[in-house]
Amino acid sequence: MIKNILTVVAIIGLGWILYPLLVDFETSTVLNPLAQEYVKGSAADLNLPNAVTAVVVTYRGLDTLGEVTVLFLATAGIGYFLKRRSNKKAKQTAGSEILQTGAKLLTPLFMVFGIYIFSHGHLSPGGGFQGGVVIASGILMIVLAEVNFHFSHLILQFSESLSGIAYVGMGLAGLVLLGLNNFLDPRYFLPGNYLALFSAGAIPVIYSLIGIKVGSELASVLAAIQQDGGEA
Amino acid sequence: MITLVFGMLLVLVGVWAMLTRKQIIRIIIGFTIVDTGIHLIIVAIGYVKGGTAPILDRAVSELPAAAAGVEALGKVVDPVPSALVLTAIVIGLAVTGLMLAYTVRLFKHGKSDSIDDYEEQKW
Repeated sequence: MIKNILTVVAIIGLGWILYPLLVDFETSTVLNPLAQEYVKGSAADLNLPNAVTAVVVTYRGLDTLGEVTVLFLATAGIGYFLKRRSNKKAKQTAGSEILQTGAKLLTPLFMVFGIYIFSHGHLSPGGGFQGGVVIASGILMIVLAEVNFHFSHLILQFSESLSGIAYVGMGLAGLVLLGLNNFLDPRYFLPGNYLALFSAGAIPVIYSLIGIKVGSELASVLAAIQQDGGEA
Repeated sequence: MITLVFGMLLVLVGVWAMLTRKQIIRIIIGFTIVDTGIHLIIVAIGYVKGGTAPILDRAVSELPAAAAGVEALGKVVDPVPSALVLTAIVIGLAVTGLMLAYTVRLFKHGKSDSIDDYEEQKW
């Protein structure tokens, strides 16, 4: 009883905190100064059409680096919690005919689509995080369909750590080539033509590395879950 | 505006689910509902009236690169909240996965997914 009352009080309190934000909120009609600088700088300085990518990869690149770290820590935690104790073979039932055929047909397409998304992150909606998740969902499909699918931990570890190191290396390259204020500055590559695939300096490379990193992180989560399957 | 209202409602619903449910899986579902609500709130705050996605191609500007940003200023939404939500979604996925893995471990240990059975680990 007392718990129910406390719950209601907590909900009402939270609603009371949120209420002023709702009442005083007006949809803005102009961009705020910071966003104006980002939108202008994205096109003028970085030669980059997608302003969201400019914020993620360059202006707030340090946040993205930290976020990749959080992702890595979460993945490591999942691997730790789902660590297999016994050598019992995990039981897994084969997917249906439809799932198996569909997985064989779609998984390569998922991979290509994921690579397309992260390599075009500077031109169109999308980028490393989305592309990585699409690749991981392709892998999930084949895990669900095939009984005898085994992850190569060597490849997973290598692609995960190499893309992480290369990402930090690209950031440090800005520091070395452009001066001390330019960590994660992508302008040391040629800017290229506006709206071309090879443009905007190092941004496509950095975003592709993020894509590979996210994809392999999530694939190693899937590997941990698959190993653990059927044991509980 | 509607997005903001729905986001806040989702946050409240999610917190209610987290406070009243007993099964850990349902608490995690409540957490993901809160997560989604916060994403909606952030996106709603970044919206600019009549704005489109902040991608400066021919949809917002015919001008060459350097001038495109200036011309697009009145036509695009704030890119910063979009970037924050983009990363928050992936982080939310990873954190949810971690919580689910912890639940699996807890279930193997105590053979129960109700938080009432883990009283001794409460404090």
